[in-house]
Amino acid sequence: MLIVSLFAIVATMLLALARALLGPTVFDRILAANTFSTKTVLLIAVLGFITNRPDFLDLALAYALINFVGAVAVLKFVRYGNFAQAEIELEIPRDPNEAPA
Amino acid sequence: MSDILLIVSGVLVISGGFFLITGGIGLHRLPDFYSRTHAGGLTDTLGAGLTLLGLIFHAAAEQSGDWGLVVVKLILILVFLFFTSPGSGYALVRAAFTQGHKPRLGIQVPEDRLWDGELVRENEL
Repeated sequence: MLIVSLFAIVATMLLALARALLGPTVFDRILAANTFSTKTVLLIAVLGFITNRPDFLDLALAYALINFVGAVAVLKFVRYGNFAQAEIELEIPRDPNEAPA
Repeated sequence: MSDILLIVSGVLVISGGFFLITGGIGLHRLPDFYSRTHAGGLTDTLGAGLTLLGLIFHAAAEQSGDWGLVVVKLILILVFLFFTSPGSGYALVRAAFTQGHKPRLGIQVPEDRLWDGELVRENEL
């Protein structure tokens, strides 16, 4: 059972890797890399159960945390062009009938 | 009891593998970026969730000694994936939309205005 799941995970990782190499836009590549990293978590967990060493789950947990930070950092870079800028300046028109705070 | 748990674990793990493969194929065959996000989200939630749930049952069946800690770690991974995966998916789509990436709609457009899956502002990046 777990061997079948392992093959499914590896096949999905290969498909995501191909999309990351082919992808027409940078967002396709980020999506594929994100999918790939989630599958890495699953691969480590399943591999730990196959080799009967569930201690591998610690590594999977660390990967699950790193993924999110990496994805958000890359997306911030793509959106703003640098890592330092916090917010984009927007002119929000205020409602004239609203009482000033 | 242990056999029943192993059978449940096998069914969950294999259905999770089915959704993983489905999402992987969808990453290739779907036409534009926003629909590919759906395929990626499918593997992140349903595929990963079912696989980890199957591993929880497998741990409860096989690890005779201290399977409690293993189950707690698996549930932690499940919770982290369920919180972070929609968050990063939302940030990805919002970044794409902010950059002017247009979704491909089912409307017939003139041939010279047909948008070909390229980023609109790609030359400026």
